[in-house]
Amino acid sequence: MSADVELDHMTIRFGEFTAVKDANLKIEDGEFFSFLGPSGCGKTTILRAISGFLEPTEGEVRIGGKNMKGIGPNKRPTALIFQNLALFPLMSVADNIAFGLEVRGVGKAERRKRADELLDLIALGDQGNKKVSELSGGQKQRVAIARALAVEPAVLLLDEPLSALDLKLRQHMRTELRAIQQRVGITFIYITHDQGEALTMSDRIAVMSQGIIQQVGTGTEVYENSQTAFVASFVGENNPFHGKVVGTEGSDALVDTAFGRLRGRNVRGMQPGQSAMLFVRPESMSFANGDAENVIESQVLHSEFEGSFFSVFLRGEGAKDIVMSMTNSGDLPQYQEGESARVAFKAERALVLPVGDVADE
Amino acid sequence: MRDFFQRNGAVISTYLLLAVFFWVVMMIVLPQAYMLNFSFRHDLLPNQIGGPKDVYTLSNYEYLLFGRPGDEELFNYLHLTVFLRTIIASIFVTLLDFALCYPIAYYIAQVAKGGYARSMILLLILPFWVNEILRAFAFRILFGTSGVINAFLQTMGILDEPIDFLRADVALYAGLSYAYILLMVFPLYNAIESLDHNQVEAARDLGSPWWRIHWRVVMPHAKPGIASGCTLVFMLSAGALAAPQILGGPSSLWFTQIIYQWFNTGGNWAQGSAYAIVLLLACLVFVLTVMKVFKVSLGEIAR
Repeated sequence: MSADVELDHMTIRFGEFTAVKDANLKIEDGEFFSFLGPSGCGKTTILRAISGFLEPTEGEVRIGGKNMKGIGPNKRPTALIFQNLALFPLMSVADNIAFGLEVRGVGKAERRKRADELLDLIALGDQGNKKVSELSGGQKQRVAIARALAVEPAVLLLDEPLSALDLKLRQHMRTELRAIQQRVGITFIYITHDQGEALTMSDRIAVMSQGIIQQVGTGTEVYENSQTAFVASFVGENNPFHGKVVGTEGSDALVDTAFGRLRGRNVRGMQPGQSAMLFVRPESMSFANGDAENVIESQVLHSEFEGSFFSVFLRGEGAKDIVMSMTNSGDLPQYQEGESARVAFKAERALVLPVGDVADE
Repeated sequence: MRDFFQRNGAVISTYLLLAVFFWVVMMIVLPQAYMLNFSFRHDLLPNQIGGPKDVYTLSNYEYLLFGRPGDEELFNYLHLTVFLRTIIASIFVTLLDFALCYPIAYYIAQVAKGGYARSMILLLILPFWVNEILRAFAFRILFGTSGVINAFLQTMGILDEPIDFLRADVALYAGLSYAYILLMVFPLYNAIESLDHNQVEAARDLGSPWWRIHWRVVMPHAKPGIASGCTLVFMLSAGALAAPQILGGPSSLWFTQIIYQWFNTGGNWAQGSAYAIVLLLACLVFVLTVMKVFKVSLGEIAR
């Protein structure tokens, strides 16, 4: 069946608290789609509504065009991978994988055959008779995926499944998850608070904050063309400059800030007189030479060497520092801590957005 | 040993060792050893003790099996039947308690939230503040021919004649099940409570109907608790005295009542000891067999 997932004006409330507010989007069949946001933003609530453990207070969840209202998690064409995996510790690895088939009345021999095929898929071919506790973290991860895939779901839901793994393994599993998704070709809906995971794996990302879907788009779109202050500050690093729009020129807007008049892309069509935030990413800044536009006069506070790149912290407005990062290409500019510095950025690398909440560091 | 003393200090270590020694020797080994010794002796008058007649014998055990020498019957059918019925009825009471308590324990452990779960546990405990004998008599009042239940059923027009619940042993089974309900609920609750709820949801998400979730996920996890609860209820039911005395029908005896008669009215401690030892062994054999069948170890039960 076609497995596009639609959230149609879906709102979920727990008593007075609104966990998800008017979520409205369509996830295409075969897409790798991520919900990205800080903890408590409502992304897990959305996942539970799609899998059937929760019913929306208002609106609908549709899978393959069919309203899922009143259909329990055991009857939906979805399979969920839990944050703690929730493997059955008293069953063997193969029995874990075959559990969904056992439920469907598949015979023992056939079950074992399917389990073996899936074990091959996750490269654990000869480990079917082991206990779950004998596997490593990454292997358990793969067993959880195989167990979910065994029931041939149209949609696979993943609730931060990599968060318990160490960094190296997490990076490896990103690649592996993406490869598995492309092999089986079904819709993956992935929940994460880690923007790196969302950006590397997803076809599209929905960035969430406080129950509201802020922006939906490809990784490049949400990073390069953030539409709200929250998205700009949550996805990747960003330097905000508060100010007031004083004029527009073509697709640009001019903003008066504590560092003078700065120019950026007016992606939200802001009008003169409105309060605005201008965002510039650390990698879009550089030490200014000559009379460049968008020059910020500040003071070097300290710097951090991070191997492939190098971050310089400058005194910003209020308590927040301005961060500038430069690729370590061997000819780093010379400066002293405490000396004044002039940095600049190009107008097409800056975004002018309405004032809004920014993500906590 | 030195480690133990260093770790706990002299006072606590001495106390612990003495307490364990007292418990094991005074509470477990000595009484049973006395009983065992008694059971192999003749029932003698005080002046004959230590005399030529004071020798070891198997006659007390023979009596349970074959009755008095020269009886018409080949076996001691009366006592053997009571013994078997006590064992079977205790199994029944155990199963009934399990069937009653499993849903309650699951509900409190996995479904009910915080304060609600606590008040349910309190509701379960409250009746047990009342004395055991008093509770048994209360059941007599409930189940008697002119009791509350019969009166209600007759007023509703469901019954013409009152049912004799006492004669039918309904009151006895109900009373015993009720008496040991906590001993079943708590081990089950403890075991089920430690199950990660995500496993229940995972099974459900994989398409499992509710009964299979319990059969394949919850019960295997709770097996030590199930074994522990069943063992306790079975042992105590088989060894119960007050409830059968008060709630049993006029024609039905519990094996403990026979033991009681030997010790008390019969004044034959030797015979009573033999009967008690047989009951103890039967219970042990039963429990160990069940544990073997369900592949549970003693260590798991104590968890």
